[in-house]
Amino acid sequence: MNRKMCLPMLLMTLSVLLVLAACSKKENTEQSNNMAEQPAQPAAAATPIDPATVATINGTVKFDGPAPKAAKIDMSQDPGCKGTNQAENLVVDHGDLANVFVYVKDGLGNRTFDVPSTPVELEQQGCRYHPHVLGVMAGQTVDIKNADPTTHNIHPTPKDNREWNESQPPSSPAIEKNFAREEIMLPVKCNQHPWMKMYINVVKNPFYAVTDKDGKYEIKGLPPGDYTIAFVQEKLGEQDQKVTVAAKETKTVDQSFKPAAD
Amino acid sequence: MSLWAERVPALPPAVSRSFNSCSATLMSTPYKAVGLPFNRGHHRFAVLLACWTFLLIIAGALVTSNDAGLSVPDWPTSFGSWYKIPKLVGGVQFEHTHRMIAQGAGLLTIVLAIWTWRVEKRRWMRILGFAALATVIAQGILGGLTVLFYLPPPISSAHAALAQTFFCIAVAMAVFTGQRWVEEQPRVDFDQRRPSLFTLTLLSIFVLYVQLILGAMFRHHGLSWWPHVVHAAVVSFVLAWTAIRALTVYSQIEAVRRSAILMLSLLIAQLCLGFTAFLTRVEWGKDAVQPELPMVISTVAHVAVGALLLATTVVLAIQVWRHAPIAFEERLPEAQRTPSTA
Repeated sequence: MNRKMCLPMLLMTLSVLLVLAACSKKENTEQSNNMAEQPAQPAAAATPIDPATVATINGTVKFDGPAPKAAKIDMSQDPGCKGTNQAENLVVDHGDLANVFVYVKDGLGNRTFDVPSTPVELEQQGCRYHPHVLGVMAGQTVDIKNADPTTHNIHPTPKDNREWNESQPPSSPAIEKNFAREEIMLPVKCNQHPWMKMYINVVKNPFYAVTDKDGKYEIKGLPPGDYTIAFVQEKLGEQDQKVTVAAKETKTVDQSFKPAAD
Repeated sequence: MSLWAERVPALPPAVSRSFNSCSATLMSTPYKAVGLPFNRGHHRFAVLLACWTFLLIIAGALVTSNDAGLSVPDWPTSFGSWYKIPKLVGGVQFEHTHRMIAQGAGLLTIVLAIWTWRVEKRRWMRILGFAALATVIAQGILGGLTVLFYLPPPISSAHAALAQTFFCIAVAMAVFTGQRWVEEQPRVDFDQRRPSLFTLTLLSIFVLYVQLILGAMFRHHGLSWWPHVVHAAVVSFVLAWTAIRALTVYSQIEAVRRSAILMLSLLIAQLCLGFTAFLTRVEWGKDAVQPELPMVISTVAHVAVGALLLATTVVLAIQVWRHAPIAFEERLPEAQRTPSTA
């Protein structure tokens, strides 16, 4: 090869190598994602729970730091979106942290549970999702309603469940959906109103709750035993606690989150 | 007839004499024009398609920057209809406007392909017209696939890259049908340097394409930002090298000089816009709850100027190929193939 052509060839090779390096890194990530998409293990036969022995876990989730100012949302893109709106990704009131999903992550063994026949509701009102964080059992129906005078689309972007994207005009019937696999903090968004985001948490047991505006939660009907309780917040991540509950016990399990490091 | 043969039907004796006598690396001589009547209407229509395509690229960039790619969830229909225009609010205003401009581009391309077929004597131009049509059809299908498969990064990035390919084809057709191209007596300066300027322009197009794909993959969440940013250094080096070579050696050829100056100016503008887009999106916008105006403006401008930069580089390559072709020995008369002995 002509020596004068070495530099152009080198630059071309550099470009290609950069693409390959970037792609190979992505492939590794995809491999780990694929690992996560393995279907849930089939559960063994259900173990009946004695209602006379069940325990309760409750508590408050705190935010250990100065309360961040919620960002205002500009909804002027759509006249059908009325009212004020602000970001809900970190809702703190006097140190109490709302919208934390609390669930029994481990300790239930191979127990199985009946899927509730009553659906849970997800409503779009004021171009916001209500609630912002939702818990549902795998296979349980979610009724999605549109109370706004504008069209929304509902677009879950799951890792382990099937992705879909459907539009819902005003006054149209509820969209009924369910999610087959366990998945925590499954993002749902509206592509027509890009500020509209919420999270659905799909679990295999009925022992879950979402903290209210006072940071409080309560999980009832738990059989006595040793459990791992997970507290998951969309921005701050997950924190776990080991808990032992005796029969008929009501145990308070508080948790606090520190501000995320930038 | 090839474009080369049409431009340089045979090497005149004056050229070979000049080749031998010239101690510098260049030779200059006027050549005959294409020899076709200039069709103003056809040329203007090609320019219209190029401008329309640029508008379409901006509309597409607005869709991505506003995260509105799936606001119309179906394709090829829009909310189940082939012709009804939905209420243009929220993300729909970006996505459906993009679709309508794209339909316009498709129609313009069909007309241009047929018009070219009917009026053009140059066979390769007739083929180029239908290549443009095939590209716009493939682009439409890719756009549909991005919707149906929920914006997979490889398909969305291919959609972004093919958009700019189509823009380059449209710009090239506008150049090839232009009055200068058709009627001008092109000045030809053979290039004996290695790497030749033409090779450098091809290398520039290659690195710009790689940069385009890396940028599109980042925009569509398929890659991190760093490959695009790191590769910007390679692009800057190659384009600066190309522009400096063109301006220092071929500044007397207006078509080459103008394209090189424009390319260099766009490169500087693009680097500034890239830095701004990085700040507004990666640094300041990472926790944004919705697409913010500074991010939208800077990223859309970055895409638009990127398209102009690629098209300008293609035009530069075309002009270099026309005015400063590589001096292969095979192109010279047999007796003149050892120029250094004169």
